[in-house]
Formats: sequence, structure tokens, C-alpha cells
Amino acid sequence: MDFKDIIRPENKVYARPRLLTENITHYCPGCSHGVVHRIVAELLDEMGLEDRTIGIAPVGCAVFAYNYIDVDWIEAAHGRAPALATAASRLNPDCLVFTYQGDGDLAAIGTAETIHACNRGENIVIIFINNAIYGMTGGQMAPTTLLGMKTATTPYGRRVDLNGYPLAISPILASLDGTCYVTRQAVHTPGAVRKAKVAIRKAFTNALEKRGTSVVEIVSTCNSGWKLSPADSNKWMEKHMFEKYPLGDLKNV
Amino acid sequence: MKEEIVIAGFGGQGVLSMGKILAYAGLMDNLEVSWMPSYGPEQRGGTANVTVILSDSRISSPVLDSYDTAVILNQQSLDKFESRVKPGGTLIYDPYGIHHAPTRTDIKVIPVEAMEATFEMKNAKTYNMILLGALLAARPVVSLDAVVRGLRKTLPERHHHLIPLNEEALRKGMALAK
Amino acid sequence: MEEVKLMKGNEAIAHAAIRYGCDGYFGYPITPQSEVLETLAELMPWETTGMVVLQAESEVAAINMVYGGAATGKAVMTSSSSPGISLKQEGISYLAASELPALILNCMRGGPGLGTIQPSQSDYFQATKGGGHGDYHLIVLAPATVQEMADFVALGFDLAFKYRTPSMILADGIVGQMMEKVVLPPQRPRRTEEEVRRQCPWAACGKGSRKHRNVVTSLELDSAKMEVNNLRFQETYRRIEENEVRFEEYYTDDCEYLMVAFGSMARICLKAIEEAREKGVRIGLIRPITLWPFPTKRIAELAAKTKGVLVVELNAGQMIEDVRLAISAPSPSVHHFGRMGGIVPNPGEIIEAFYSHYPEAKI
Repeated sequence: MDFKDIIRPENKVYARPRLLTENITHYCPGCSHGVVHRIVAELLDEMGLEDRTIGIAPVGCAVFAYNYIDVDWIEAAHGRAPALATAASRLNPDCLVFTYQGDGDLAAIGTAETIHACNRGENIVIIFINNAIYGMTGGQMAPTTLLGMKTATTPYGRRVDLNGYPLAISPILASLDGTCYVTRQAVHTPGAVRKAKVAIRKAFTNALEKRGTSVVEIVSTCNSGWKLSPADSNKWMEKHMFEKYPLGDLKNV
Repeated sequence: MKEEIVIAGFGGQGVLSMGKILAYAGLMDNLEVSWMPSYGPEQRGGTANVTVILSDSRISSPVLDSYDTAVILNQQSLDKFESRVKPGGTLIYDPYGIHHAPTRTDIKVIPVEAMEATFEMKNAKTYNMILLGALLAARPVVSLDAVVRGLRKTLPERHHHLIPLNEEALRKGMALAK
Repeated sequence: MEEVKLMKGNEAIAHAAIRYGCDGYFGYPITPQSEVLETLAELMPWETTGMVVLQAESEVAAINMVYGGAATGKAVMTSSSSPGISLKQEGISYLAASELPALILNCMRGGPGLGTIQPSQSDYFQATKGGGHGDYHLIVLAPATVQEMADFVALGFDLAFKYRTPSMILADGIVGQMMEKVVLPPQRPRRTEEEVRRQCPWAACGKGSRKHRNVVTSLELDSAKMEVNNLRFQETYRRIEENEVRFEEYYTDDCEYLMVAFGSMARICLKAIEEAREKGVRIGLIRPITLWPFPTKRIAELAAKTKGVLVVELNAGQMIEDVRLAISAPSPSVHHFGRMGGIVPNPGEIIEAFYSHYPEAKI
């Protein structure tokens, strides 16, 4: 049987979302970013938001998110995405404004911008990819790196005495009066992907309804940085990451 | 006409606001004006001063080395500014708390018992208006009417009932300087 | 009839911003410029023109809010003073690199470090040579009066939008804190969404009816393309240098000596010069209004017919470098006089400094 016998319209069960561009992503095979991009692109299309969405890209692996999702984008300086989103949202109240940030961007260099945007209750969505490592710069320690985890800057494993504790930032954000929805999701199984999509849809709806800040943390893998296969990364994440960063809603008001 | 004035004393004595009211009076009389304060922590207890220039032509520098008139509210300011009054100029000061009176003879020195007068008026807040009244009498560069109109402009409306009291203080100061 | 008002330079900035139809202001308190945010908060323009006013959590956040707002095509601004402007350099570099219009006020105080809150002009290098990382320039306007503080809001925004580059009003604590008469411009309506889209077809404000997505970014990993971007920035800077040089002259028709000073120092020099002229000492003054682009040509012309040049600044000698670059050999001698740390010289000090360099001028 030739592949052309299989790839036929009547056999189609899934296609590239309309708003996911045809650019080849620079993400590593097995990376969670691709799945989350797909969910975001699907939702923006399904919710009819293509014409009034402004995405704020971070510095980190997702820096080129603007090449992959076909809406207007602004590329922020490292950690400043929530500040950009604050102004973009306040000055364009009819638009959906979301940031897409990694753990170093959101929970290290941009902690102040993140906390204060959330505390002001900006009507924005923060999508937070937590893979416990700086992927783009070559696998250095992130604020969310687990104890004992080996990275380029903790080659013998993260130690409390040298590096402090891993930072669980979502509970902090959930404790702020300005957030209306803070949730932790993952995209490592079909079931998890479906739940993550429901969560992001809810977050987008909250922003459109001006209910305050929504934060969707996606506990993710970085198989290149973790130096594991994609399948082993998922297993490692379930075993270790979920212990420190358990999935589920932290706040839903 | 150009009058270069410095007002100096402790922060809290109403130095900057006195200058401001004078500047507004200049505005009412269609003069060119500049109001240049010493600013920052000096406003809280330290020495404060303000340079006010009133002129019928363009004002160049808001910062001066010498003054036509100095209004002095404490000893430190007297020490600092007495020498900087132009020959033939005017120095108005309140002797209250002054241990070393001005010594220059080439300028007109006018002591004004303003603190005493506030006791009589039973209102310490009239202090700077009494001194401003003295300035108006000694150097009538703006009219009393302009000052009152300036007050109306600077005071929030909820304080407009205080304008008659301020006018009384101004007149008192004018009388004291004569 | 236009109404004449009396106000501080910083207050004039706030009033002028509202009247320009500014869409958003993002600031953080720091002396001596906090009156800008305070005045805006008091005037509540969000109730009238719809202007957004926000006190950010830091200067860094404030400039990045400006970046986010500017990227959507809005007329946005921030203000700060020297230490805060240092913090803003990241965002300013991004604004320049992303070719975004924005307005930044620096009401300078004495440094370095936390320094003093008193007036200074020691951020001249920072403002005119870029300030942050990378090859870029800001259009730098140096007001000397409260009226210019008000007027330069519109000028700064107009130039920023014309050339798609951020402009800076480089004031000092004197112009920010002093009160003078000012005539405010008439109230202009803020641009409608349609007008913003027409004026800024590059803006990332939601695709609307546009077919393609707009991306505002300063990132270009392909060096060949990044060089093309840089060449385009440089081409813009050359056009600005050609068209936007602004300055003011006093007593230059017959001057034997020339003073060069900007901002409030130019006014103090002017008084010193007028006093010297009464004695027959013929000094002229050129006041650069745009510090970048710098009035190089005019300074060269004037210097060529004078016996000596004195550059007077509230710093250790910064603009003097541009004056020296402007003047080619054979040139008159160029000297500097300045005070630092928040000390403001008075006219007498300036003329003394002048005579110390040019004793032969004394009559």
C-alpha cells in the first residue's frame, strides 16, 4: 500500500490548525512547545479571535512563537512580557492579549513584572511553560530546576546551599487578589492535552470577560536539556516534576 | 521694570508658597515671572528658598547671584543672603530668632515683626502673608489687588473663605513696613 | 483668547501630554520629576480623553509598558530622572531597534549612582550617544523654558512618529521644578482606532481586516538581515540629521567670543552675557535645542569667526566633545566650565570662568 492510499481527504482525522503557520518550528522533537502552540492556534480560530489577538513572545525557546501562530505579535525583552501585555491590553481593550513565557523569563528575570501584572488584575492570559531549565541558552539552571537536577550551571546537581530551592511560582500568583484563574496542566498524554486546551479556553474567556489575570502553567519537558529521550522525559516529568509541581487548579473564581 | 527677589527661611514657614503667590500676582499684572525653588528634603525642616523674578521683559536666568530684594525668615538665610543684596536694594527680615542683625548700610534694611503680629492675629498661618504685605509696601512691584486675585487662583476653592484673613494679614504687613 | 497659566515644567509636560492626545503614560516616582505622574493622576484624563495613566512597579516595567503600547501604534510616553533613565535603557534600545515611536522625559539630577536630587546635565552622553546597547540614536530635545517643556511634547511625539524612532526630552531639575508662564496647546482628540491603523500600518494591534500578521520584534538572528536593519536605522538617522537640527542664537551677529550651552544653563549664560555686553564684551550664545542631531554646521560657522569658545554645562564636560568635533582646524580655543553634583553656577561664576580662559576679553 502506497502512502498516497492513506493520505486521502476521507481518512482525515486531524489537520494543521488554520492559524498554525507552515513555518518549520525550531523546537526539538518531543518538546512540549509544539503541542501548546497547536492548542493556542486551535483555540484562537475556534473562538474567532484571529483578528483581535495580540500575542507577547518571550525571550527563551518560544522567542519565535510569532513565526508559528498567525496573529499579531510583539517580541518582549527578557521577562518583560507582562509589562508589554499590560499596556497592550489597556490601550486595546477589545483585544485578547496573552503572553507566552518560559520559567526563566517568568519566574526569574521577570518575577516583578509577572507578580505586579497579576496583582493589578490585568485582563490578560499568561501561558507559562515550566520545563525547569533554560532551553535556548543551552540547558542552564532555571528557578524551577529541581534539587539534584543536573544542568549546565549545576553540573553536579542543584544544591540548596549553592542554588537555593526550586520556585513554585503559581501558588504565589494564585494568592494575589488580581488573578481569577491559576491552573497547572501538562501535555504529555492525549487526556492531558484535552484538559490543557479546556484550561486555556477558560483563560481566554476570562480575559475577554475582563475577569482579571489568568495563568496557565504547563508542566513541560525539555528532553534536549534533560538529556533524555522524549518518552523518558515524560516518565521523568511524571515521577519528579509532578511531585514538586502537582497538576490541577490552584485558583478558580 | 525687573525685580529679582529671594525669599528664604525654614522649610514649613511658607517660603515657597509666599513666592508662589507673588508669582501669581505677577501673572495677574501681566508681568513675566519665574519661580525657582530649592527643592527636595530641604522642604522639610531645613532651609528653603525661592527666587522670584518679576519683569516686563523676557527673563533670562532663573538663577541669580544677587537680588534687588531679599525677604529673610531665619538666621541661616540672613547669613547666606545679606551679602547678595544689590547695593541700594532692600532687605526685609523678621527679627524674631535673629541673633546677629544685618549690618549693611548700603541697602535699605526693614525689620518686620511678623511673628509678633501673628500672635496678635492669633493665627500662625498668616506669617508669610504678613511678610508678603511688608514686601508689597517696600517694593510695590505688584498690587495688593493682584496678590488677592493670585490667592484666589492658587487656593483650592474649599479654602477661599480664608482669603479675607489673608488680606488682613497682607494689610497688617504693609502697615508694619511703613 | 489663549489662556496664560503659571506652572512647573513637570506639570506642563503632563498637561501637554493630555492635550496632544497622548494615549498612555507609564511612570514611576523619582525626584525631581514626580509631578508628571502626580499631575496626570490629579487631572484624570482617563475620564476625558481616555488616556491611560499607570504607575508601574519599576522604571523597567514602565518603559516596557511604553514598548508594548508603542508596538500597538499608540502614542505613549514615560518620564523619569537619571537613575531611573539608566534602568529604562533596556527598553529604549528595544524601542529604537523595533523602530517604534515613543516619548521619554529625563528630568536630570546629579549622578553618578544615586547621586543627588539637585539639577544636573550629566546624562548628555547617555542621551545623545544612544544610552543602551547597540548602534542607535534618540532624537534629543533640550528645553530651556516651561513653555518649551509643553511644546516639546508635541514636537517629540511628531518627530517620533515621523521617523519611527523614540524621542527624548532631556530637561534638568531647574526646568522641571521652576514655574513660569505657559500657553498650553489646544486639546486635540486622541486618534481613533482607524486613524491609528492608517498612520501605523506596522502596528501589532490585532489583524483586524489585515490579511497578514504584524510582528514587532528587534530580533534577527540572520546577521546579513540584521545588518540590513542596521543600515536602515542609520539611513533614518542621516535623514534626521539633515532635516531636524534646531538651535537658537543670541548676539551672534557681532560676537568675538561664543558660549555654547543647552537647557537652563543657556539661560544663565545669557544673563552673564548680557551683563558682560553692558561693559562692551562681545560674547554670543548658541543654544542647541536638538542635542541629537547636533547643530554641528552652525557651531563650526560661528566658531570660525570668534576668538574663543566656552562650553558651559552642568557636568564635567560632555557636550564639549561634540563642539570640538564640530570645529575644524584652524580653530579657536575651546574651553569648558561646569559644576557637578547638583550645584548650579550663577551668572557671575560663569563670566569669571570666561575671563579666566580669555583674560584679554576683559574691558
